[in-house]
Amino acid sequence: MPTVPDDWGGRPLVTTEGVSVRFGDVTALDNVRFKIDPGDFLAVLGPNGSGKTTLFHCILGLTDYRGTIVNRAQRVGFVPQIKNFDRSFPGKAVEVVTSGVTDRWPGWRDRRHFPRARAALAWVGASDYAERQLAALSGGQLQRVYLARALVHEPDLLLLDEPAAGIDRAGEYDIYEYLEAYQRERPGVAIAMITHDWEVARHHADKSLILNHRVIGFGPSNQVLTEDCLRQAFGHMGHAHALGSNHG
Amino acid sequence: MAELLTMPFMQRALAAAVLTGFLGGLLGVFLIQRRLAFLAAGVSHGSFAGIGLGLFLGVAPFAVAVPVALGIGLVIAFLRLRGNLAEDTVVGILFAAGMALGVLLLSLAGANASLSAYLFGSILAIGNTDLAFMTGITAAVAAFTVPTWGRLTLVTFDRQLAQASGVRVRLLDYGFYAAASLAIVASVKVVGVVLVASFFVVPAATARLLGGTFLAITMMASSLGALTAVTGLLLSYPVEAPVGALIVLLQGAVFAVVMGLRGRPG
Repeated sequence: MPTVPDDWGGRPLVTTEGVSVRFGDVTALDNVRFKIDPGDFLAVLGPNGSGKTTLFHCILGLTDYRGTIVNRAQRVGFVPQIKNFDRSFPGKAVEVVTSGVTDRWPGWRDRRHFPRARAALAWVGASDYAERQLAALSGGQLQRVYLARALVHEPDLLLLDEPAAGIDRAGEYDIYEYLEAYQRERPGVAIAMITHDWEVARHHADKSLILNHRVIGFGPSNQVLTEDCLRQAFGHMGHAHALGSNHG
Repeated sequence: MAELLTMPFMQRALAAAVLTGFLGGLLGVFLIQRRLAFLAAGVSHGSFAGIGLGLFLGVAPFAVAVPVALGIGLVIAFLRLRGNLAEDTVVGILFAAGMALGVLLLSLAGANASLSAYLFGSILAIGNTDLAFMTGITAAVAAFTVPTWGRLTLVTFDRQLAQASGVRVRLLDYGFYAAASLAIVASVKVVGVVLVASFFVVPAATARLLGGTFLAITMMASSLGALTAVTGLLLSYPVEAPVGALIVLLQGAVFAVVMGLRGRPG
C-alpha cells in the first residue's frame, strides 16, 4: 500500500488534513487526510455508512468538521444521490439544469439561460427530455439531468455521489464515457466519484481513496485496490462479494 | 350589486379578499410541496391565544396575535430544523393549546360574543386600520417571497443541492416560516381561525392539479385564491350566506371540479 507523504507538494485542488466528523457518539470521519490534484479521476470507495458522503459534504461546506480543508476549485459541480429529491416536484429537466447556472430555480427572466442548459443536456445525450416533467423520467435519465446541471457552469472540480446508483449497465457506461470525455476536453478538471463498484474504480479512476471512517488506502488505483485494502475496508465477506461483483 | 360596490365597507372587503387570496396562493404552493399544509391550521389556531390575550389585556387583539403567530412559526421552524420532534406533533400541541388558551382568555375578558367573528372571520367588518394592517403584512411578505422565490423553490426541490449551490438554507427557512405565519394571522381577520387553512391549501392544491411549471402553479394559485375570495364575497350578498364559509366552499368546489376533470379517463 502506498504511504501518504507528509508534504503533498505541487498545488492540489483540494487538500484535507486531519478531518474528523462526529454525529453524537458516532464517528463518521476520523483524521482523514487526502488530496485531489487537477486532472485527477478519483474513486472514493468504502462500505455503506463509512463516511464517503459525509466527506463530500465537508468539502462542499455542508457539514461541520474538525481539521482543515483547502478547496482551490473556482467552480464545483455536485451530483448528489438522486434519492434525496422530491420526485413529485413540478419541474422540467431544463429548469433543473438552469438552476445550476443561476443557483436558484428559474423564473421568467432566467429563461434566457435555457439555451445554455439545453446545450448541457445535449452534451450528456438528454436533449430528448429537456422539456419533460421530472416525474416522467427514469433513474438513468435523471442522473443525466443532474450531471448536465453539474457540468453547465463548467466546473473545475466535479463531485459525484454514486452517479450510477439505480441505473442499468448501459446507462452507467454512458455516464463514465461523458465524464471521461469532459475531462479530455478540459484536462485540468478533477473528478471525485463515490462508487461501490471496485471494477469501475479500477477501469475509470486513476486514483482511489478507500475509506472506512478513516483512510484505509489512498493513491494510484493499481496500487491501492489490493486484497489487503479490500479486507480492511469491507471485511472478509465484503471482500468476497466485491470480488464476485468484479466478475459479474 | 353595482351600488353595493360603491360602498366603502364592500370596497375594503374586496381589497382584503384579494390580498388574502394572493397571500394564500403565493405561500400555499410551498406549504403543499413541502408537506406543510398543517402549518396554516397550527399557526392560526395557536394565534387564537394571542387574540384572547389582546382582548383580556384590553389592547388590539391582532397587536398581540401577530407576535404570537410569528413566535409559533419560528418555534416550529426551529424544532423542524433540529429534527428532534416530528413537526405534526409540535403543530398538534400548539394547535390545541392555543385554541384552549384563547377560549379561556376570551371568557375571562367577557368577550364571548365576539368568538364567532374570530373563529369564522368578519370580512365585511374590516375597517381602514385592519386594511392598512393587511396591506402592510402583504407588502412585507411579498418583499421577502418575491425576491427569494427562486432560492425558496430550489430548496423546496432539493435541499442538499440548494445548500451545495451556496443557498443559505436555514436562514431562508426561518424567513419562510416567519412570512407564512404573518400571512396566516393576517388572513384570520377575513376568514377566521377555523377556515383560514383553506386559503393556504385549496387554491394551491387546485393549481397543482392543473399542472405546469412551479412558476405557473404559483401564479395560478395566487390568482385562484384572489378570484375565489372575490367571487365568494360577491355571491354572499344575493344568497345571504356567511362570506368566509362561502369562499371556502367555493374553493372546495373548484378543487373538486378540477380533480374530476383531471381524473377523467382519456
